Amino acid sequence: MSYTKRNDGRKFDQIREIEAKVGIIKSADGSAMFKIGKTIAIAAVHGPRDLYPKFMQNPRKGILRCNYNMMSFSVDERIRPGPSRRSKEISLVTENALLPALSLEQFPNAVVDVFIEIQQADAGTRCAGICAASMALADAGIPMKDLVCAISVGRVGGKILVDLDKFEEDYEEGSTDMPVAMLPRKDEISLLQIDGHIKPEEIEEALELAKKSCKKILEIQRNALKEKYEKEYGQDE
Amino acid sequence: MNNISREYLISILKKGKRVDSRQLDELRNVEISYDVSEHAEGAARVKLGNTEVVAGVKLEVGTPFPDSPDEGVIIVGVETLPLSNPDFESGPPNAESIELARVVDRAIRESHAIDLKKLCIEKKEKVWMILIDIYSINDQGNLQDAAALAALAALKKAKMPSFDGEKVNYKEKKGSLPMNELPVECTNIKVHDKILSDPILDEQIWLDARLTVATTDKGEVCAMQKGGSGTLTINDVKEMIKISLKNGKILRGKLK
Repeated sequence: MSYTKRNDGRKFDQIREIEAKVGIIKSADGSAMFKIGKTIAIAAVHGPRDLYPKFMQNPRKGILRCNYNMMSFSVDERIRPGPSRRSKEISLVTENALLPALSLEQFPNAVVDVFIEIQQADAGTRCAGICAASMALADAGIPMKDLVCAISVGRVGGKILVDLDKFEEDYEEGSTDMPVAMLPRKDEISLLQIDGHIKPEEIEEALELAKKSCKKILEIQRNALKEKYEKEYGQDE
Repeated sequence: MNNISREYLISILKKGKRVDSRQLDELRNVEISYDVSEHAEGAARVKLGNTEVVAGVKLEVGTPFPDSPDEGVIIVGVETLPLSNPDFESGPPNAESIELARVVDRAIRESHAIDLKKLCIEKKEKVWMILIDIYSINDQGNLQDAAALAALAALKKAKMPSFDGEKVNYKEKKGSLPMNELPVECTNIKVHDKILSDPILDEQIWLDARLTVATTDKGEVCAMQKGGSGTLTINDVKEMIKISLKNGKILRGKLK
């Protein structure tokens, strides 16, 4: 039996409702909140700042260090606080998703630290984290070629769809999760993972869906950034 | 983060003023909200001025400690997230965050805020475990009081999941935790010879001594913790308890 109607009534190409806000953490150099459906990610950027121990420094350019973490109470079964194998892997792919958008040549020997916390989880947490992190980096004034937008696409009960929620991720008759991050200016993919079975032509279809959805996310990220800076510096003509 | 010099801070204090123009014994604005996580049995966000923490309560069924076979278990953890302060680092809890957690734990435990006997399911075998995790979101000073208040707000809001003897069903929630007390914590610091309530970072970095006082609804003290490398006189302690009782009432009022 195929998945004919989505659990929460959305269309197959419809993302959940998004809320985005910039500048939520005053102690940080840049920060943002990105909420998609019931998944809430917050991100903060500290730096560029001196990197220690010194042997880790790169004299040619600054390095990016990401730290992804889920709060213990973000899911039904409590997660033990502290790093896990999963969170370390996600931290790494997040770094790689963000790096292509950054120009860190101006900051030799420095580090830009990005901290991502998942406060409430309903699938798609790494993508929400990347969306929040990219806004926080922009908020911190790090030179960027583009924002980074991320969304999960996939195949649930034989249907290609966008932005899986937890129900869909755990769908008993088969679910394939495929998180994608893109630099929307040139539609470059900076993160791509697949978890499950999917045919090559379906991947193509899913990527198109991701591309379309990333444009919508970009719009929301931009507006959130504008909202803060128009308030602070006034509007252009 | 280190913005003002000790000399400057003391010169302001000598005029009876504070850097953020509060009275010496005045709290910052307190806000409590509950929109943190639907997956927590109870959760709360506390803002003390610009300081912000979130706390979540999870309930699990586990085995009791051998020395209290018919009592539920409380475990408090504080994660001083590097996101909340450029001076915080990733990694296992350090001494400061352990102290924060233990002082929150002490007030809840010693005041008997929760009736742990009512959390016993089967003596020696099964009891409810209350896991309280507190995360700092923005550290602008006095995480201690924010953490304690957030833990309390989350506990007060918590709903018990159902348990069929085998498995906990987190989708089905009923009833609140058996609570008797609301032990709120108030921290005062001493800089030079002045006592300040609810310090911000600029004040906190120059503290000589610190005293956290947890008080109950009945106007009793249920926990205390002195910090800092300086000393306090008996009069300082008396004064700090008096201020903590007064400010404690304000904080408790926010929980109602």
